[in-house]
Amino acid sequence: MIAKRPPGRQLLLQGNEAIVEGALAAGCRFFAGYPITPATEISEVMSYRLPAVDGTFIQMEDEIASMGAVIGASLAGVKSMTATSGPGFSLMQENLGFACVAEVPCVIVNVMRGGPSTGLPTSVSQGDVMQARWGTHGDHPIIVLAVSTTQDCFSITVKAFNLSEKYRTPVVLLADEVVAHTREKISLPHAEEVEVIDRIRPNMPPDWYIPFENNSRGVPPMSAFGDGYRYHVTGLIHDVRGFPTQRPDEIVPFMDRIFRKINQHFFDIQMVNTEMVDDAELIVVAYGSVSRSARRAVREARERGIKAGLVQLITLWPFPRQSVEPILRQVRAALVPELNMGQISREIKRINQGVARIETISRIDGHLITPNEILTRLLRI
Amino acid sequence: MDSHAAGEARVERYEIRLSGSGGQGLIFAGIILAEAAGIHDGKFVCQTQSYGPEARGGASKAEVIISDHEIDYPKAIKPDLLLAMNQKSCDSYFFDLKPGGMLIIDSTFVKQLPTTRAIGIPFTQICREKLGKEVGANIVALGALATLSGVVSLSSLEAAVRNRIPRGTEDYNMKALELGIESAKDARRFRTETELYEDTSD
Repeated sequence: MIAKRPPGRQLLLQGNEAIVEGALAAGCRFFAGYPITPATEISEVMSYRLPAVDGTFIQMEDEIASMGAVIGASLAGVKSMTATSGPGFSLMQENLGFACVAEVPCVIVNVMRGGPSTGLPTSVSQGDVMQARWGTHGDHPIIVLAVSTTQDCFSITVKAFNLSEKYRTPVVLLADEVVAHTREKISLPHAEEVEVIDRIRPNMPPDWYIPFENNSRGVPPMSAFGDGYRYHVTGLIHDVRGFPTQRPDEIVPFMDRIFRKINQHFFDIQMVNTEMVDDAELIVVAYGSVSRSARRAVREARERGIKAGLVQLITLWPFPRQSVEPILRQVRAALVPELNMGQISREIKRINQGVARIETISRIDGHLITPNEILTRLLRI
Repeated sequence: MDSHAAGEARVERYEIRLSGSGGQGLIFAGIILAEAAGIHDGKFVCQTQSYGPEARGGASKAEVIISDHEIDYPKAIKPDLLLAMNQKSCDSYFFDLKPGGMLIIDSTFVKQLPTTRAIGIPFTQICREKLGKEVGANIVALGALATLSGVVSLSSLEAAVRNRIPRGTEDYNMKALELGIESAKDARRFRTETELYEDTSD
């Protein structure tokens, strides 16, 4: 018989602190960033936790440089991360695109605050959902995940690192001011209980290494700078050896591959939690801290005899269409509450194709949508 | 009600709002309270905060939800307990209080009470007079709050205070906590005495 293990450490942690714990558990050993409310605690805790595990923390001069440093560290073979909020995320966009095209795994945490511009520094928002998808220019694949509880902050951060390593892509973790600053009791698992995935490294002799060669997974093995595998890294569209190309017969396979590596692993990437949707006539589609209000509203609606269900999106991009679409086909109406003018509700309307009735609640005053607001709307639909 | 025993009682969802101005240590008090209930008493807890861009002087608010079940909505819906450390926060949050909820105010700063049922204790004045500084009024208030509501056990609260305060200030803070507990007992005694004469008609 296996002896029962003692549970992991129980701590009262802020979302931001739990993100740090998740990152360290996933093997993150490099952080470069520039402090900004409401993401500052991530930098703060990283600044003393990383050196303790032989990692490196750098406070850079700004967010442009932070993102550059993160890419550099990852190319050198170290799992890296940065954390910021809206204004800093805007500055990171150029280098984020570079990471997409050069296929550099890294995690970017964006703790959303009220925008645009410097906006509402200490208030909650979900205004960066579209920016996370399309903020950097050009067609590019990206993975975006949203967290809603302190426990999520730990486990989804681990997942973010795993996905970035597996698919050689930047992963954006969207938190918001409420999740980031809420303190909750969480149990940190033992290190061996955490599933950690590392990038695949080349196992052929250096002379045989073709750094951007296509394969069935669409993800070429990645060598660390200094390992003896020499290759060229550029933001220009490149051939399989990493050198710039203008040839259509090289451009198209490259673009196809970087999209395919995400699309063909869609079911590994999409994460959606559902609650009471089997017999639901009404569903609430929510993500981030709003999904907590939605959960309460749905439970209260059930108590009043309304057949309501909750669809909580964790993966926001690629949009989890395959999970949400069948549910939309079975319900009368869907309500999408969010802290923006309607960014995910647009996606819901797009995949709904006019079949179910779609209602939205947009709150942009820097406060979290309350369960009552959602319940009141559910009662009227 | 014995507050030690009450810390063990089953609670569905108990909401506490600590409010005042930035610099009074309310968010810190919220963290201590959450740690006492969550880690030491073993309940589910959720502590949130809201504050302005000012480090001092602006409005500041911390909320703690304590429950035996997993907590969905992380903020207070209708607080069961409101601590108001200045007049402005008392005025703005009193109407959110659950009917029959408990209002505890720092009577050093709150001079106009919205209800006769409010429990007024001069936390800051006690701190200033007995400890020589105003720092620690939040700990005095925590001691009183726990004694009056029984929502956390005093032993858990003491452990949480010890765990969170800066090293070297243990004696000072333990004294502050003790002052809070005593002041609450006095306030309760006074209330019981006055309630005997509730019918004040002539």
